[in-house]
Amino acid sequence: MRAANETPAVSRRTALNWLLGTSLGATLVAALYPVFRFVIPPRVAEAPVNRVLAGKLSQLPDNSGKIFRFGSKPAILIRTPTGEVRAFSAVCTHLNCTVQYRPDFQHIWCACHNGQYDLQGKNISGPPPKPLEAYKVDIAGDDVYVTRGA
Amino acid sequence: MRALDKLWHALDERLELDPIVEFVAHKVVPRHRHSWAYYFGGLTMFFLFVQIATGILLLLYYRPTAEAAFESVQFIVTRVPFGWLVRSVHSWSANLMILSAFAHMFSVYFMGSYAKPRELTWWSGFALLGLAMGFGFSGYLLPWNTLSYFATQVGTDMVSKVPFAGAWLLKFLRGGSEVTGATLTRFFGFHVAVLPMLTAVLLAGHLAFIQRQGMHVPSSLEEEAKRRKPIRFVPNFMLREGVVWLLGLAALAALAAFFPWELGTKADPFASAPAGIKPEWYFLFMFETLKLLPAHLFGIEGELLGLGAFAAGGLVWFLVPVLDRGRPGGGRGRAFFVLGWLVLAYIVGFTFASFAGVFK
Repeated sequence: MRAANETPAVSRRTALNWLLGTSLGATLVAALYPVFRFVIPPRVAEAPVNRVLAGKLSQLPDNSGKIFRFGSKPAILIRTPTGEVRAFSAVCTHLNCTVQYRPDFQHIWCACHNGQYDLQGKNISGPPPKPLEAYKVDIAGDDVYVTRGA
Repeated sequence: MRALDKLWHALDERLELDPIVEFVAHKVVPRHRHSWAYYFGGLTMFFLFVQIATGILLLLYYRPTAEAAFESVQFIVTRVPFGWLVRSVHSWSANLMILSAFAHMFSVYFMGSYAKPRELTWWSGFALLGLAMGFGFSGYLLPWNTLSYFATQVGTDMVSKVPFAGAWLLKFLRGGSEVTGATLTRFFGFHVAVLPMLTAVLLAGHLAFIQRQGMHVPSSLEEEAKRRKPIRFVPNFMLREGVVWLLGLAALAALAAFFPWELGTKADPFASAPAGIKPEWYFLFMFETLKLLPAHLFGIEGELLGLGAFAAGGLVWFLVPVLDRGRPGGGRGRAFFVLGWLVLAYIVGFTFASFAGVFK
């Protein structure tokens, strides 16, 4: 038995506040966690695309380029002034815009912030910090196939 | 009139409206040579009202999916009676609202009105400007045209550079890893539900602070304000404000009618960004700065450095009420006065230089 005037290490009020506080906190977490998860969409299983038919050689004159769909992202097929065919990711490494081939510059250009890449996809001027990802090009007859992981 | 008197009497009997009447009757606005600056906040609110009204009208026809959004806006501007006008007014009013908010912010800044005890008014105003830009950014995507598609690519990619939370924020904003129809649907939700709700709450606070504290008079104008008789809010200031709102409406109507807002071409996620692509004018100073930065600077990626500098600048601007300790003799610190002019010169200079085509 404790004497009436002796104060316990943890008062009844403190203990109750602590219980109330933690249960309120737990309720909040229980309510917010599903919200936090809900706002991020689930991963949709997509068959990984590693090789696509990017275009027809006959429709790609020298010193030109075209955008094609590589999985869910755009990619660019270019034919250099000397007739070589190359493929790169078309997503600018600066801020995600889609690049294009500029016949007058004879290299790849991004309209958004004036980023420039040479015919090897290397960033040569403007703000892009990295080169464009390069893909492997196979030509079968008139068909141009592009493969990831070149 | 008798019916109105009766209604007033009945309400007063139940709600005791006397203190409110008393408050309104005694509310005054100081009069001095810079009193004109007191109209910009109200003008911004006027454009907000226009946005709410025209936004509700657009909701009657707009469809927020990648397949239907562009066509529904096309339908509004070509087939719906006065649809072109409603859409054009909504776009122009958005721009005028931002312009007026900037004018309000800078006039408040140069009069030093952010200082104690009005820090909360400054901070709520800062948040409201952020929300207004959020409205602009999310609304820009809704017509689902080429320009808005790439503006959203760039804008959301910037968010991904936020330390630690960047990847999560990118997915949260885009509704996936790319800008797709999922992004459009989300932005629609932000634009018509989340942002309006936050704006309503913050605006209520912002206005309540102003009513509670009254208009601020800079120390350099105190003597003049004491000498001259203040303007009674009801009806004198309200009538003057009505004239300013009418001028705003006239400018808006002229712009919307003579320069109908373009719709452009439908967004194609598998097309190149078109030449000459630019964001809205109020993002131009940041856009041109990011274009000027080299790929690497001091061993850091240029765009990271630029975005970091903008974030730091925004933080300083936000914290001005605590950073500016004022001058011993009263008045705001000279350094912050100069800073304000530098910021204004930078924003105005870069914006005009961009329009003039100085940056290639």
